[in-house]
Amino acid sequence: MTEKQPVISIRNVTKRFGHMVAVDNVSLDIREGEFFVLLGPSGCGKTTLLRMIAGFELPSEGQILIGGQDMAGVPPNQRPINMVFQSYAVFPHMSVADNVAYGLKIAGVAKPEIRTRVDEALELVSLGGLGQRMPDQLSGGQRQRVALARGLVMRPKVLLLDEPLSALDAKLRAQMQFELAELQDNVGITFVTVTHDQDEALSMACRIAVMNKGDVAQLADPADLYEHPANRFVADFVGSVNIFEGKLTVDEPEQAVVDCPELGRVYLNHGVTGAHETTVWVAIRPEKITMLPAGKAKAKDSPDGHNVAHGQIKGMSYLGDITIYDVKLESGRSIRVSRPNLSRWDQEDFSWDDKVSLQWHPTSPVVLLS
Amino acid sequence: MNLFKRPAIAPLEYTRRLWMRAWIAATLFFLYAPLLVLVAFSFNDSKRNIVWRGFTFKYYGKVIENDGLMAALGNSLTIAALATVISIVLGTLAAVMLWRFRFPFKAAVEGTMALPIVVPEICMGVAMLVFFAKLDWPTDLPWPLNLSAITIAHITFCFPFVAMVVRARLAGFNKEQEEAAKDLGATEWQAFRDVLLPHMKPGIIAGALLAFTLSLDDFVITFFTSGPNTITFPVKVYSMVRFSVTPEVNAASAILIFLTILLTTVALKLQDFTKATA
Repeated sequence: MTEKQPVISIRNVTKRFGHMVAVDNVSLDIREGEFFVLLGPSGCGKTTLLRMIAGFELPSEGQILIGGQDMAGVPPNQRPINMVFQSYAVFPHMSVADNVAYGLKIAGVAKPEIRTRVDEALELVSLGGLGQRMPDQLSGGQRQRVALARGLVMRPKVLLLDEPLSALDAKLRAQMQFELAELQDNVGITFVTVTHDQDEALSMACRIAVMNKGDVAQLADPADLYEHPANRFVADFVGSVNIFEGKLTVDEPEQAVVDCPELGRVYLNHGVTGAHETTVWVAIRPEKITMLPAGKAKAKDSPDGHNVAHGQIKGMSYLGDITIYDVKLESGRSIRVSRPNLSRWDQEDFSWDDKVSLQWHPTSPVVLLS
Repeated sequence: MNLFKRPAIAPLEYTRRLWMRAWIAATLFFLYAPLLVLVAFSFNDSKRNIVWRGFTFKYYGKVIENDGLMAALGNSLTIAALATVISIVLGTLAAVMLWRFRFPFKAAVEGTMALPIVVPEICMGVAMLVFFAKLDWPTDLPWPLNLSAITIAHITFCFPFVAMVVRARLAGFNKEQEEAAKDLGATEWQAFRDVLLPHMKPGIIAGALLAFTLSLDDFVITFFTSGPNTITFPVKVYSMVRFSVTPEVNAASAILIFLTILLTTVALKLQDFTKATA
């Protein structure tokens, strides 16, 4: 994978709208055949970046290369890429087949070939036999498939998808996440997707670029992003996390201790990059904290008095597969803890106002420098 | 026995309330009674046309034999057709311009474009009269060029209506559709033809209907811009009425009503047709 040459190269691209900087000196390479996701909150510049790749916006500075070719001055209709729009933008006055055939007709492809390619594309997105339907006779999910087929039928180098699943309901979205990933795998076309939904990004992507305020905050594969976030923004945006400020009091190659006033002493069985006595942040995911009845906590693999905290349950939300607890620590801060509901009769049965002890493994916390 | 007892009137069932029914009946009466009387008396076998004296078709025959009236009808239809076609083009282009671009004095342009709609017709008529007189616009041209002054006058007040209707239609257009077309390889013109135009079509048809009827029945502005050889139908009917209201006038009006209804129906059917097949 890593040996493949980038199909899209974004080099020092900046986009300004008046005084507002939407994209701030972004450089990244998108590799051939990968499922690349631009993830970020609304207004982070991810859609602007996508629209610049498509050619609907021009970079204020910098270069965009597609297949090694500079795209400056190349209008959208001549770029070797296609886009699936957020609203799907299916042409309402054309049948499904005509929608899919539109690009081929413009390109002057012969009629018999158009027919076979349209049928193929519709089959690919499981819309076989619905070619004569009108868009208003389709469900939202089917309309999206039409938009997908319309792009794929052109056999582009890259397919851009702008928030492809945001208009679907939760069940369908989960299903489409799998289908999209599988489809991408089958056709081998590079997909570049924009989304603000971290679940969507994690489940589909080969690599994710997390964007914040026009900047790439981290570029990594999903597991890396979740387990080794580069900074507080990424840790907080991807998944749910507890972040505590602290001071690095022990900084050795094989171990480190961060003293967090609101959480206690956090012990790590590996070295960190921060300098001694500097302010750092400790991030712990809710599922990596073990909750026990008060006093029963006894952190293994950690020195006494480290990686343990005590508090009282102030809130619970039962989500079926897991339950999320809101625990008020002795310092007054709240911490979020989640527990899988492994058995239908939970033996421990925590409830409101129960006094509890929390503990975690020395590998669980992540130390963040910014 | 509940056989004769109807359920009580529900809070929102206004159509079952007496005052609402009376209101609707009055509205319909004042709207349609004059028209019905007009059409009915076009079959009246009486020259004075005050009391009913029996059924006849003869005044329709008279209308058709009345060369002056037929020429006026021909003029009216020609003017209306020309004004409609040109208004559609101008109005649609104006709507697209106002929708798509931002430019200095856009609000002013928009306002002045709507001016012909709000300015009293009598002022427009006088203005047109003075305008064409100052230009020394030729009046002795052969048909249909002699209708040019009236046609131009009609276009000035017809095309803003087209522009307004099409503009309203464009407000609901999803720009991503146009971008999608371009993304699929369409040029600016292809995207306009294949995506924007089909979207505007219902608005254009509605605007055309408006323009056609406005032009067909315009009296005031036409009165000021028509010459002795360019009498239109409403102007002709007015001159006939000045002598007396004969069943012939009624018959002529009935024909006009019939034509309007026919055209409207055809246009609406066309619109339905495009919607069903689009």
